[in-house]
Amino acid sequence: MKLTDLTELAVRNLRESLLRNSLTTIGISVGVASLVAMLSLGIGLQQLASRRLMKSGLFDTVVVTSRRDLRNFNREQERSGPAPGESRILDEPTRAEVEHLPNVLEAYPDIRFITELRYDDKPHLTTVAALPASAQSTDAFEGIQGRFFSSNTAPEAILQKTFAEELLGRSPKPGLDETNVAELAAPLLGKELIMRYAQREKQGTPVEPSSNNEANSDNEALAGAAYSVISREQKLTIVGVADLDPESMRGPTRGRVFLPLGLAETLHVMQPTDLREISRAASDQPVYSSVSVRVKNPGQVQKVEDAIKKMGFNTFSILDASRSIQQFFKVLDVFLGIFGSLALAVAFIGIVNTLVMAILERRREIGIMKAIGASDADVKKLFFAEAGAMGILGGIVGVALGWAIGQVINLGTNVYLKQQSFPPEHFWAVPWWLVLFAILFSFLVSLAAGLYPAGRAARLDPVQALRYE
Amino acid sequence: MDGLDKPTQRNPTALEASPANPPAIRVEQLCRHYRMGETLIRAVDGVTLTVGAGEFVALLGSSGSGKSSVLNLIAGLDRPTSGNVIVQHRNLAELSREDLARYRLHTVGMVFQSFNLIASMTLAENVELPMRFAEVDRGKREGLVREALARVGLQARMNHRPSELSGGEQQRAALARALINRPQLLLADEPTGNLDSRTGTEIMNIVRELNQQLAMTVVMVTHERALAERYAQRLIFLADGKLVGDESNSVTAASKAMDQAGRNRESR
Repeated sequence: MKLTDLTELAVRNLRESLLRNSLTTIGISVGVASLVAMLSLGIGLQQLASRRLMKSGLFDTVVVTSRRDLRNFNREQERSGPAPGESRILDEPTRAEVEHLPNVLEAYPDIRFITELRYDDKPHLTTVAALPASAQSTDAFEGIQGRFFSSNTAPEAILQKTFAEELLGRSPKPGLDETNVAELAAPLLGKELIMRYAQREKQGTPVEPSSNNEANSDNEALAGAAYSVISREQKLTIVGVADLDPESMRGPTRGRVFLPLGLAETLHVMQPTDLREISRAASDQPVYSSVSVRVKNPGQVQKVEDAIKKMGFNTFSILDASRSIQQFFKVLDVFLGIFGSLALAVAFIGIVNTLVMAILERRREIGIMKAIGASDADVKKLFFAEAGAMGILGGIVGVALGWAIGQVINLGTNVYLKQQSFPPEHFWAVPWWLVLFAILFSFLVSLAAGLYPAGRAARLDPVQALRYE
Repeated sequence: MDGLDKPTQRNPTALEASPANPPAIRVEQLCRHYRMGETLIRAVDGVTLTVGAGEFVALLGSSGSGKSSVLNLIAGLDRPTSGNVIVQHRNLAELSREDLARYRLHTVGMVFQSFNLIASMTLAENVELPMRFAEVDRGKREGLVREALARVGLQARMNHRPSELSGGEQQRAALARALINRPQLLLADEPTGNLDSRTGTEIMNIVRELNQQLAMTVVMVTHERALAERYAQRLIFLADGKLVGDESNSVTAASKAMDQAGRNRESR
């Protein structure tokens, strides 16, 4: 029998026992809905966690340090790669080279220094760090009061909440974990900070040549690596106060005042590496203590790390932590899927029951069909088609129902989150592949449920079936 | 209806098909035994007969004589315990289930005492059903259904369900369905059993017309001797699963033999 005829007959048969078939289809729908609801919750939570982690910038960032920086040296790194003394300097050309590696979004130098900032004529000593423009899109600046930098070179500063407290001479109120950042920001936004820093300036004249000829040739190689260190001041306007700590991962070296990266680069602030590499650098190109590399997605972090290691640098990322989180969600998905499938298993029994009842009811009809030429395969296919049609219909309704359940729960939870003063979240995701998977799964489960009834109908003896009243 | 109440044409006895009338059906030592608990039921017990192409044969016998069982075996609805049913050079006893289904679809048309139309389908859908199994093009089907229903005078009722029709109309629709795939054999199991005599005559006239105009071989099971004598060219008598008489359409010793068999059964 052709597929169109089969479908037509199946649908008309389903319409004949409308109530029973509708109830069975609703059973399948509930099964599929519970499966979709469970899986979309799992997927949604995973996406939420990934989104948070991605935005935090922890999982797509590789920190590159020079092997020459012995403070960062560990045993493993000691064994691999070139000896520190022979390894490359982490300077501007290197940064540019790293930035051109495949899958790298950007590579920016890590400029940070401890310096004095004056506010209201009072000195405050803290760590200042430079931020690239891309930092704006990370989660770290969620809940910022004021705004992000107007440009990459603007003389502007963003304060971390604890530094703002220090400037205002406030300490967190007892009994409260958090200070209200809006209260801190109000008196500070738009005000001026004066930053004092040590500027590294290339000396106009080379080092005095020595009378010794051999020494002279050595000194020529060092030409241009002579600096003056000059004390400078830079006025900065406070444009934002960050609620969260954008550099929480950095521990004790984290900055509490942030400048635009472009501005920080033009200031030529003396870095510890300048002193260390003064004997090596042949130009006035800055030498960085570390370079942060942002990778397109966390899956490519390992490749990028390997490529950078080959260049002779040390790298660091939190890739392994991310792997175990992904593994956790995979396991969670499997468990949620199993629970969701339980309802579908009940629906499976419902289909078997409906079709077995249909065989009893339509025994004579099956006999007639066989008498006028239907083969065993035709009868089998017809029952399969009926089971399949119920499966597809139940799958479609089930996906819609599952989606609706998700929306309602999402809405309810967001209302609760709002009451608790948390921002709304989407922890419910029904990706298109889940829609297709759920309908296909429902179809296959229904076909499997039709296996026994269809076989039984096909084997009916036509003479016996025709006698049946 | 054309031919209504015309006298039956009588053919000479034809136990063996003549060369001019090649065999359509050859039944050889056919047995169909059932076991019911401890008892062995011999529904058909060593029947041998030949039906010539284009012949109209009536299988006569009392209830339980095995006539319907023989018809079911010729229809390929049942398989013999032993013996052969040879139709168009094919031994039905040796065909697979799939081949038997194909045989029922293309070679045989069947009508039953209880019409056996599918109640949930309209007449048109009932008549169309065998064409769905035969995978006839959808475009051709509608015309063929109309033609078949027109042949039995039901073109105006094609969208009615069987329950909305009289018994005679239902049997006419069943005839239209039996003929839709143009079979060579028409097998009728008590086709007038559920009809009054006038409607029964109408149905039988159509059957005779098919036999005469399309040269279709007809095997009809009936227990009404008068009906058989009126329409069939040949009468085959069965009793206790055995063939007890085979004669051209005239009252002969075979009927006496059948009566004797009936008496024997009573005395047992």
